[in-house]
Amino acid sequence: MDISTQNPAAPPALPPDVERKRAARGATRPGDRVFLGLSRGSGIFVLVLMAAIAGFLTYRAILAISKDEANFLTSFEWNPSGVPPQFGIAVLAFGTVVSSVIAMAIAVPIAVGIALFITHYAPRRLGGTIAYVIDLLAAVPSIIYGLWGALILVPHLDGLYGWLDDYLGWTGILEWNGGAPRSMFTVGILLAIMILPIITNVSREVFRQVPRMHEEAALALGATRWEVIRMSVLPFGRSGVISASMLGLGRALGETMAVAMVLSPTFDISASLLDPGGGTFAQNIASKFNEATVMGRDALIASGLVLFVITLLVNGAARMIIARRKEYSGANA
Amino acid sequence: MAKRIDVSGLNAYYGSFLAIEDISMTVEPRSVTAFIGPSGCGKSTFLRTLNRMHEVTPGGRVEGKVMLDDENLYGAGIDPVAVRREVGMVFQRPNPFPTMSVYDNVAAGLRLNGKFKKSELDDVVEKSLKGANLWNEVKDRLNKPGSGLSGGQQQRLCIARAIAVEPNVLLMDEPCSALDPISTLAIEDLIGELKERFTIVIVTHNMQQAARVSDRTAFFNLAAVGQPGKLIEIDETERIFSNPSVQATEDYISGRFG
Amino acid sequence: MSHATLSPKRGGTLRGATLPKWFPWAVAVGSIAAGLGISAAAGLGSSIQWALIAAVLFVLGSYAISARIEGRRQAKDRVATSLVWVAFILAVIPLASLVWETVKRGVQVLDGYFLTHSMGVVADTEPGGGIYHAILGTLEQVGLATLFSVPIGVLTAIYLVEYGRGRLAKAVTFFVDVMTGIPSIVAGLFVLSLWVLILDMGPSGLAGAFALCILMIPVVVRSTEEMLKLVPNELREASLALGVPKWRTILKVVLPTSVGGIITGVMLAIARITGETAPVLLLVWGTDFINANPFKDPQESLPMYIYLQYSAGSDPAYDRAWAAALTLIAFIMILNLLARGIARWKAPKTGR
Repeated sequence: MDISTQNPAAPPALPPDVERKRAARGATRPGDRVFLGLSRGSGIFVLVLMAAIAGFLTYRAILAISKDEANFLTSFEWNPSGVPPQFGIAVLAFGTVVSSVIAMAIAVPIAVGIALFITHYAPRRLGGTIAYVIDLLAAVPSIIYGLWGALILVPHLDGLYGWLDDYLGWTGILEWNGGAPRSMFTVGILLAIMILPIITNVSREVFRQVPRMHEEAALALGATRWEVIRMSVLPFGRSGVISASMLGLGRALGETMAVAMVLSPTFDISASLLDPGGGTFAQNIASKFNEATVMGRDALIASGLVLFVITLLVNGAARMIIARRKEYSGANA
Repeated sequence: MAKRIDVSGLNAYYGSFLAIEDISMTVEPRSVTAFIGPSGCGKSTFLRTLNRMHEVTPGGRVEGKVMLDDENLYGAGIDPVAVRREVGMVFQRPNPFPTMSVYDNVAAGLRLNGKFKKSELDDVVEKSLKGANLWNEVKDRLNKPGSGLSGGQQQRLCIARAIAVEPNVLLMDEPCSALDPISTLAIEDLIGELKERFTIVIVTHNMQQAARVSDRTAFFNLAAVGQPGKLIEIDETERIFSNPSVQATEDYISGRFG
Repeated sequence: MSHATLSPKRGGTLRGATLPKWFPWAVAVGSIAAGLGISAAAGLGSSIQWALIAAVLFVLGSYAISARIEGRRQAKDRVATSLVWVAFILAVIPLASLVWETVKRGVQVLDGYFLTHSMGVVADTEPGGGIYHAILGTLEQVGLATLFSVPIGVLTAIYLVEYGRGRLAKAVTFFVDVMTGIPSIVAGLFVLSLWVLILDMGPSGLAGAFALCILMIPVVVRSTEEMLKLVPNELREASLALGVPKWRTILKVVLPTSVGGIITGVMLAIARITGETAPVLLLVWGTDFINANPFKDPQESLPMYIYLQYSAGSDPAYDRAWAAALTLIAFIMILNLLARGIARWKAPKTGR
């Protein structure tokens, strides 16, 4: 505040030409200069931080990978402290993809259903309440989903697993050997529940923005409620739902604690989704961190770098779709 | 094909607000009836009660009878979806489905009602586009998006879409208010042709337009803002514009208010 | 006429055979009964199974009956409606169960003693102990993270909205977006690689706070930016036109106008990082003892406590985990509700 005493803000007392000179000087006023410097500095700090994240992760990852005696991308080993160190991310990549695919397959249709329920089916007040509650649920921390998943969901899945094994076991991928249902399939279900709120919220916003006149066009042709949705709501909301799903996918890919608590990990790929086995990038880091040596930590950092790049790509794609949609929606005025 | 509409004692509400009160009138088949009146007098609301679109707005509610020939649109067991199929509608702003091609826009209503052979659909699409005086302009780009057409073409596309399902009645809610004079002229000519086949009701802000296109004109007015809109009189267009029986109509026509 | 063939429904009637209003409820009750019956007959124990059977019966049942009586289009409409309802209920069950179980199991050991004692020398397998050390750790770590992130976040947002033109602003906007998507474990790994592996520092609450900053900054920037953009330009111009310097205009006019929204955003960001576990696991490690110094040695935090108690794997430990989960959820929900309350209270009145 001492700066302000040097620049008393009492312009009416000043003759007009002094005032004009002041305005012309603009950012050279000391207060303005300090403030601009601070805020620009913060912006630059964000850039430096991002560069540092990418830089230091890459640096440690290179340290690890240069000592890796196995192929980092294709090896099924994870023995970074061994002599010679051998580790690869094939198992993790497989597990991460499989669990995320299951999660998306379950969550996206249900989330779209709930979003439609809120915007087009439920009575208005009920819809508003549900939307509010789902907003709140999006804030529940993943550790609590993990606790619930491990202690409540897992014991309830025995019956479903047996059932799937009975009727679909012949496919091979849904075969069950009777172990605890702490498999990739369970992880997928839990991740689906976790990303449901965010996908629902974004889709709901998109469906709400469908111009009234498009819906009325369909109604006036004698369309039923479902036909209105199919003709005008879904085509309009499609890209929005895709980007919502990508945001959900980004969360599912990076989820750590819930997966670590529910999965009984083995560093292996199992053909059946119902048998314990596999792992994800994030879960593997959390599970292996405690017993890791410096080399082990570097190896985990290397796998984390891969996860980082994947989530960047997924989130980038989501944002690109959102940005494209903005241009598109302005077009039909 | 074209049917008579007979309205008696109709009230329409938005929530607890009475928007139009006690309207009774007859709309003759194979003619154009125009609704005129100052903004907020409820003429668009009334139009939307004729195909049960009013109840789509949150809080929208209707009391009274609307007879389409011998069936009451608000009778028990009436399916509003079937009503809207029989009573087509064209809106103030052209609203073709943005993700559909010209062809698909016209065929949209038919596709709702079952599966048709490609050749049958082709016939109806061509006939409807010709009926809307649009065929020559779009026949080479049937598969381009409908939103790529000019405003006037889009509005005629919407008319083609509405007449493709062969409704009994065609409602038009200020169909030219978003268009330039040349497109307006094209639509007005089209209305003159369409009345050979349909019962047409048009809401318009433009009194010259009402005088040009309509056979009968209904004048709506409201006592004050916040009061319900009422039907003041309905008569042959010529009489309304030359020698109306109510003073308020004459005041409005001669530009003394509104 | 040629189109007579095209309109099979053209009988001149507007009357569709319509099923009564209670029809969906009747089908729902019937399907649930049938689902329970089949499960009982086949000896299926799991509630997930009979619920799935009932859901399938409900959808198929409404379609079949409606298709016979109302026609195919109405039947499709009913299927869509039933599917949407089923989706809603399918989602409600786990989410409601999550809240219900947390509350039910949480209240068992949650009391004054639990909130005011640490784990000390309580063995994993015996009851007793508490979360005092965890609450302390959470408050310190989150407090530090907030202390670092809020000035940086708000200033960055001010830069973007009030000054930012050109390439630097574009780059900042882009990378803030990128930062929003960083998984928390990766943020933890970054601090680990720099702070622990390169600078050779030990675990501490401070290290955890650094990682939480990375998660918090983008959220604060985004929400503050939105709020600043809502301040009408006329206000800025009115102030500038009075000869008030730009920086004072920002401090005295722009920020006070949007302060409610900014506080809301900060509270939501705090709610988000309070529940983070992964960075704490990597950088703060967790401990059973009270460590009030966030700058040295391992600390506990609430989510970390839940994880450690869960990993301990005994019933008393599970009870403690649930109680801590309830405390954490309560804290986060209160923050959320307060934040929304402030947002609603400070929101410009739209007159609707």
